[in-house]
Order: sequence, then C-alpha cells, then structure tokens
Amino acid sequence: MTLSPNAVALLYLVASVFFILALRGLSHPETARQGNRFGIIGMLIAVLTTFAVINRLDLAVGALVVGGAIGWVVAKRVEMTQMPELVAAMHSLVGLAAVLIAAAVVNSPASFGVGSPIPAGNRIELFIGTFVGAVTFSGSIIAFGKLAGLGKISRLFSSAPVVYRAQHQINLVLFLVMMGYGWGFVIASPDGQWPPFLVMTGIAFVLGVLSIISIGGADMPVVISMLNSYSGWAASGIGFSLNNPLLIVAGALVGSSGAILSYIMCKAMNRSFFSVILGGFGAAEGAATGTAEQRSVRSGSPDDVAFLLGNAESVLIVPGYGLAVARAQHAVKEMAHKLSRKGVRVRYAIHPVAGRMPGHMNVLLAEAEVPYDQVLEMEDVNSDFGTTDIAFVLGANDVVNPLADTPGSPIYGMPILEAHKARTVIVNKRSMASGYAGIDNPLFYMDKTMMVFGDAKKVVEDIVKAIE
Amino acid sequence: MHGVAVDPLVTNLTVFILAIFVGYHVVWNVTPALHTPLMSVTNAISSVIVVGAILASGGGPLDLSAILGAIAVAVVAVNTIGGFAVTERMLEMFRKKDPKGKK
Repeated sequence: MTLSPNAVALLYLVASVFFILALRGLSHPETARQGNRFGIIGMLIAVLTTFAVINRLDLAVGALVVGGAIGWVVAKRVEMTQMPELVAAMHSLVGLAAVLIAAAVVNSPASFGVGSPIPAGNRIELFIGTFVGAVTFSGSIIAFGKLAGLGKISRLFSSAPVVYRAQHQINLVLFLVMMGYGWGFVIASPDGQWPPFLVMTGIAFVLGVLSIISIGGADMPVVISMLNSYSGWAASGIGFSLNNPLLIVAGALVGSSGAILSYIMCKAMNRSFFSVILGGFGAAEGAATGTAEQRSVRSGSPDDVAFLLGNAESVLIVPGYGLAVARAQHAVKEMAHKLSRKGVRVRYAIHPVAGRMPGHMNVLLAEAEVPYDQVLEMEDVNSDFGTTDIAFVLGANDVVNPLADTPGSPIYGMPILEAHKARTVIVNKRSMASGYAGIDNPLFYMDKTMMVFGDAKKVVEDIVKAIE
Repeated sequence: MHGVAVDPLVTNLTVFILAIFVGYHVVWNVTPALHTPLMSVTNAISSVIVVGAILASGGGPLDLSAILGAIAVAVVAVNTIGGFAVTERMLEMFRKKDPKGKK
C-alpha cells in the first residue's frame, strides 16, 4: 500500500482531532468512556497510517505485540492504589522512547526524511527532545521508586527528600555543562556527533535523578503531574525533529494537561511551583513542631461514633491520604451503605490533594462502588458543611485545618474543606502527630470534635459492626 | 516573497503553539474527579511517539536505527495499549450505578 505524503498528513490530522476529542470527553463521567474510545481510534489511525509508509513491518509489529502484551497484562492487574506508580512508570517509558528515537535519527537521518548531514535546526530540536526525554525517563524512575515505597532498596527512592550540600549549584553546573555538550552536538561534524550526543544524554539522565530525589514524598502529586507534562514536551520535541505535526499536537496537549494539573496541585497544597521543583521540602509527616501544647481532646470509641452517625440526618465523609494508605475505602462504602439504609444522607467531600495523585481518591471511591454523584468536589461542598450534622474526617489533617484562615499561619491561604463548620466533627487518625505541614490542627481540640484513634480500616469496620 | 518556502520550523511552531492553547482550554473543562483517568489517557496519547519509533524501525535499512526503533516501539507500546486499557478500566468504575443498587 502506498499513501501519498498528503494523505498521510491528513490522516495524522484526523488522529490529532480524535486526541482532542478524547480529552474533551473527560469533562463528565457520562462521556468519559466515549472519550477514551476516541483516543483509541486516534491511536489506531496513527499507527496504521505509519505502517503503510514503512518498508519493513516485521520489527515494528513484533515489538508492538511484545510491548502491548506487557501493557495489557499490567493494565488488567494493577491495583487502583498503585495507579500513581503505574503512571510514573509509564512516563518514564515515553521519555526512554524519545531518547531512543532521537538516537536512531542521529544514526541514520535519511530514514526519517531528515537531511544528511543533519541541519543545525534539526539538531537543536533533537537535542531538546533528547534532553527532555532523558530527564523524564530517569526522573520518573525515581518518582516510581518513591511512590512504590522502594526506599529500602536504595536511598534514591526514599520518600524523605535527599538533600546534599550545594545541590542547586551542582544541578546548575551540570545543566550548563549539558547545554555545552548539546551545543557541541549541534555544531559537530557527522563523524564527531556521537560523543557530544552521548555525554549530553548521560548528563540529562543524571539531572533527572538529581532533580527528583530532593523532592519529598508529600509533594508527589505535583511531581507526577510535572513529569506528565515533561513526557508530553518530549513527544513534541521528537515531533519537531521529525517534522511530524501529529507528535507535536499530541505532545502539546499532554504537556499543557500536565502543566495544568501541576498548577492545580500546587495551589491545593499552597506551594509555589518553584519551591516544589527546587525541593528539599515535603519531609515525612510529623517532622517538626515542638509546639504541640498539651490540650485536651475528646476521644471516643467506634461504638460512640456508630451511635452518633446512626442518629444524624446528614453526614459528610472527608477521606484523606490516611484512608488510602489503610485501604479502608471498601469499609467506608459499607458504612455509608448501612447508614443510608437507616435514612442518613451520606456524601463525600474530596480535597484536590486527597490521595497520592490528582483525582486519586475519586478513583478509589469509584472502585469501592461509591456512586460518583455522592462524591463532591471542594468548591461544591464547602457551603454544605454548615448545614451538615456530622463531618467525619478519615485520615485527613492539613486539608481540614481551620488555621488556613489565620494570617501568619504556615498554611494561610491554603484551600481547605470547612469541616469545622459542621455541627459535630468526628476525626479518625492513627495518632495526634501533625500532618505534612507540621502544624497543629485546632479542629481536633474543638468542643464539638470527637477523636477516634486507630487504623482507618479497623476503626471503620468496627463502626460498621456497631451500627444497628 | 513568492517562491520562498516557509521553514518547516515555523509551520511546526504554529501548530505547536495552537495545540497548547487547545489543550489548555480543553483540559480546564475536565472534571477534577477524572484527573487520574486524564493522566492515564494523556499518558496513552503521548505514546503516539510510537509513530516515530515505527518509522525508525522500518523506514530504512536494517541498521542500528532500526534496532533502536524496534526497542522504542516495544517500550512505548506498553503505554499505547496499557494506558488506554487502564483508563477504560477506571472509567468503567465511574459508570452510574443502576438505581436498584442504590436502595
């Protein structure tokens, strides 16, 4: 089969349009599955069109089957709690592919319709694509290790930030050296282009590692969004080198999507993007503060909670990271189910950073078969707390800290769920340790607050037993 | 001006900038509840880089480039298939439960 270059370009345009429709579909759960189908159609068009223009199919088809089979198995087996790791791993694969493709172009530009020797303009594009791809690859591997809790295998994967002396200066120097070799690659003769290309790529790998190890586990929602964005820019960079508008468009869509998610996550955590990137923050929870003055809290048992919940008219559940860690979402669903049979109106209030990546808590609740129309976003639900009988906070802390309204507080300005406005507040935590912001939470000391200590799953299961 | 071709870089840049704007506006409309599926589907979409890998594997003679391309195809095909499959699996969970399940 032969396709004219114009036909190929037009088919690629159609694929691009399908990718845009795929993202558009995600604006509502009702249309989301259709959106995903559009994405699949776009990808099929892109791949089949490309098959039609190459000389030998065996390598491509064989590799596609092998990789695709692995992807299929992983997609079917992965647990929803492991989504952040999976996504990080997939980002790294896009980065690696970008580097491999760039190397293939450097080796034989003619196969790609790039002039030989490669013109300087294309070399600059190749340099950028390779650099971004390499940083995405190694950075995502570190992020994967941190998310998968591989800290025991290597300190590089520790969820605590790895801080060393003069790290910003070292990173800057490395970056400048890499740029130098990049330029060396741009002006090199065809015979001498490999050494600068390989050194540049190697330094970019190191930079990816160094830039992510210094970021703490609590900032992972930002990091994973940022790497999502990088993987898009890497695809665009390769698109520029190959003069392929499809790659440019798809990469730009992904790049801007990741950038928006990074922005949303930063805003929800009250962090500036640069302070996250520069790293050294986000240490493990309960890090600091000797300020926890001895104030008394009212603590209760799961039986007490079951009694209170059973007699309420409306309950808003605020799930947090602790709930995800304890994998208590199914028990929570069970509890909500029992309560609604007793005529209690149960809904969920989700903070944007509840969970370990953007939207993670929504997926966990959806997996536990909580209907999505009971799961409310922060902006929509905050005005409801005042008229709610009980706010039940499960494994969340900073995101319900009323100090966010107090000027001078470290978390001042952070958007919170206004659980303190409910008539009664029940808080489940493992201990009184402070959250990731390292500050005390006045919510716990309010007269209307009851604390239930213990593992979220155990506590909720006990509550379920005690209801009725 | 006649007869002077526009540098492909300029055309590409035009496409790139416009696509960023499209992405920006479309993604702001994505409901926060679906941000995880958004990330997995953008992951799958960025694996369209597989097009470059396929070209590398079969666009020329069987040389180093073809080998590198084939490796790249295998690597990124994990995303191409896995990304869409896992997104489908997640979105399946977001289906509206039938009323009798609600009680």
